[in-house]
Amino acid sequence: MRARVLIRPKAGILDPQGEAVQRALPALGFAGVSDVRVGRLVELDVEDPGQLESMCEKLLANPLVEDYEVVLEGSSGGG
Amino acid sequence: MRFGVLQFPGSCDDLDALAAARRVGEAELIWHARRDLGGAEAIVVPGGFSYGDYLRAGAIARFAPAMEAVIEFARAGGLVLGICNGFQVLCEARLLPGALLGNVNLRFTSRQVRLEVLDTGTAFTGACTPGASLSIPAKHSWGRYYADEPTLDALEARGQVLLRYAPGENFNGSLRDIAGVRNERGNVFGLMPHPEHAVDELLGGSADGLRIFESMRLAAEGALA
Repeated sequence: MRARVLIRPKAGILDPQGEAVQRALPALGFAGVSDVRVGRLVELDVEDPGQLESMCEKLLANPLVEDYEVVLEGSSGGG
Repeated sequence: MRFGVLQFPGSCDDLDALAAARRVGEAELIWHARRDLGGAEAIVVPGGFSYGDYLRAGAIARFAPAMEAVIEFARAGGLVLGICNGFQVLCEARLLPGALLGNVNLRFTSRQVRLEVLDTGTAFTGACTPGASLSIPAKHSWGRYYADEPTLDALEARGQVLLRYAPGENFNGSLRDIAGVRNERGNVFGLMPHPEHAVDELLGGSADGLRIFESMRLAAEGALA
């Protein structure tokens, strides 16, 4: 099964990358942008999606500083 | 007194750490795939880019066979020093509290920094002069020390913060200017700046880094005596 793991800096943790992007957008004429956060996306095929939580805790994310969200794609290939 | 210096694919400060350790004792390299520490009495996890720093700095190195041995060694009370990438590895391994995030200046930064030594009564700072500061280089992109507020309060209350960036020196944005922390037991210590690059005044004008290695030697020999 195809899974996507979205990893982002925890709320309240300074994200200098997000701030840099937020400052860059108005310079390109995009107004009204706020609270930009830059994270990471891991896509993987897994036989047992039940293991994803533990993969995130152990390796894919650092739970001290990152939140993660697992999104499973339909096995029929939809989405 | 024998140091063991870990060597991962991507380590780049391993040989300087080896040379620094050899100024105060014997030292040998320990390849990451080994499951034993060869009888080393103190361990240095050196700087560099272990396993390419893929995913997060230290995230993969933390599971190296040699690191499993280091974790066991640390749990038995052995002295472990992590420098830069080694500090990141020790945090990922949960041998030290907190994490290292990207520098606030978003740049790889290499410069000499002045560090305040907060406690000269530890296994890693015992050879430092009370009240004196250390001048050693720092060079990294991911050196912003972070822990949540209750953890930071606890670290300070228990005296686990051993090194702080002096005023004006905290280029990476580390919380509370923390440059180096030890574990609660006091046998594991990590810092972002590089003591192994400041062991001879001929290079960089400071030999202050040697004090960290000398402290470990004194502590290890005291413990063995």
